[in-house]
Amino acid sequence: MSINKVNTHIIPMEFQYHAPTTLAEASALLEKYGDEAKILAGGTDLIPHMKQRKVEATHVINIKKIPELACIKETSKGIEIGANTKLRAIELSPLIKEKTPLLSEAAATVGSVQIRNLGTVGGNICNASPSADMATPLLALDTVVNVYNREGSKDYTLEEFLHGRGEVKLEPGELLTGMTIPLQPKNAGMAFEKVGWTTFDIATVNVAAVLTLKDGKIDHCRVTLGACSPAPVRVYQAESILIGEEPTQELFDEAVYLIAACVEPRESWRRAPPEYRRKASQALAIDALTRSIEKARRLA
Amino acid sequence: MKIEITVNGRKRQFDVEPNKLLLNLVRDELHLTGTKYGCGIGECGACTVHLDGEAVLACMVLAVDADGKQVDTIEGVAEDGNLDPVQEAFIEEGAIQCGFCTPGFIMTTKALLKENPNPTEHEIREYLKGNYCRCTGYVNIINAVQSAAKKLQS
Ligand SMILES: Cc1cc2nc3c(=O)[nH]c(=O)nc-3n(C[C@H](O)[C@H](O)[C@H](O)COP(=O)(O)OP(=O)(O)OC[C@H]3O[C@@H](n4cnc5c(N)ncnc54)[C@H](O)[C@@H]3O)c2cc1C
Ligand code: FES
Ligand code: FES
Repeated sequence: MSINKVNTHIIPMEFQYHAPTTLAEASALLEKYGDEAKILAGGTDLIPHMKQRKVEATHVINIKKIPELACIKETSKGIEIGANTKLRAIELSPLIKEKTPLLSEAAATVGSVQIRNLGTVGGNICNASPSADMATPLLALDTVVNVYNREGSKDYTLEEFLHGRGEVKLEPGELLTGMTIPLQPKNAGMAFEKVGWTTFDIATVNVAAVLTLKDGKIDHCRVTLGACSPAPVRVYQAESILIGEEPTQELFDEAVYLIAACVEPRESWRRAPPEYRRKASQALAIDALTRSIEKARRLA
Repeated sequence: MKIEITVNGRKRQFDVEPNKLLLNLVRDELHLTGTKYGCGIGECGACTVHLDGEAVLACMVLAVDADGKQVDTIEGVAEDGNLDPVQEAFIEEGAIQCGFCTPGFIMTTKALLKENPNPTEHEIREYLKGNYCRCTGYVNIINAVQSAAKKLQS
């Protein structure tokens, strides 16, 4: 276990502070200052990093004053969530609870209520942490992310955006504005499972599942795994053996074996060794699949 | 940078450097030292204040980011010299030993009871899990929150 020996009383560097009120202004600042600039959303990752000098920035661009970045709304395409939407708002949103309950489950597991009153979904994703608790469920929902630059906006699948090289797919001058969760198949059962050192901790392993049943067989299926590889991943091999089959214990055992095979050990892992992550990913995946099936049965 | 923050109901103007944390503004400039620095990295909750009515960690918020907002600290909880029911309950239930964690616990408890006037033990533990106490073992704190809930309802 590492002990925090750094002085975290202050931010030991000076910077210029900007609080743009439009996306165009924010983008212009990002372009102008390039690597010297950092976006401040909730600050729950950025501020501790700056205190510990893991991040040095001479320009801090607070995006909280850009009104359109904080929203949760239903559109004809699905659900739109603004990048600056607080995790607490996602946890409590009646719309999210109804349509994509695994997202409220996942948001509720992040840190403490004080952290969720500050932290945002955009910050969670853009931090590019392999264990980001919102990324795994958003991936299971086929989320498309919206990126702004001065020429217009671009969409990427979340999978493309989280390419796993320690950062997200953003060019200079670009910022994440939000995400669209496409309409989910009717009667989809979904679940999120996580284990950390404590219930207050980031994930050692997290798993999300979304599935539907048709005539007793698995029809639509998404299974995603987080904290076990450079970025959360969709486990295509597991999905393909589940689809078209009746959900049985034997089938799940086979599927979770494929999920555990996605664990890519890293030198820097302190929280748990690879073998723990393999076992935990199997156990969590069994729970996520079982809960999703139960819900899908109830809805069918 | 010039900013204006309403602290415990009073409008205050400050001229601060952008890297100043809300925690240090409250403690060093206003001498409101009830709000504590415990860990500085979001893990202990000793620095909990209310920002526009929501419980947040003052060690993670830039003072400039609180410009135009309302900040409430433990010093603003008692009114006209009378303790708040939550404060009374913490004293009566022996939920305070060294007292270092208490301001944070009381601010989080106040936010909890505003949202959920009659929480279960599980809900209390879940809501308060970002506040650490190294002395009491939490049992009396849970009792105090339950007792405060009763006081506020009667
Ligand atoms: C005590 C504690 C417990 C925590 N527990 C968990 C946990 O259980 N699970 C978990 O997943 N996380 C956890 N975290 C991490 C963190 O709280 C979350 O990841 C949170 O969602 C980050 O959001 P933020 O708005 O605070 O990000 P910020 O710190 O503001 O930003 C994070 C990064 O993203 C960039 N960024 C932010 N918004 C944008 C945007 N719109 N476009 C481009 N770049 C952007 C910033 O520049 C920065 O590099 C914890 C943190 C702490 C301190
Ligand atoms: S000092 Fe802010 S959470 Fe510990
Ligand atoms: S009373 Fe001492 S830390 Fe809680």
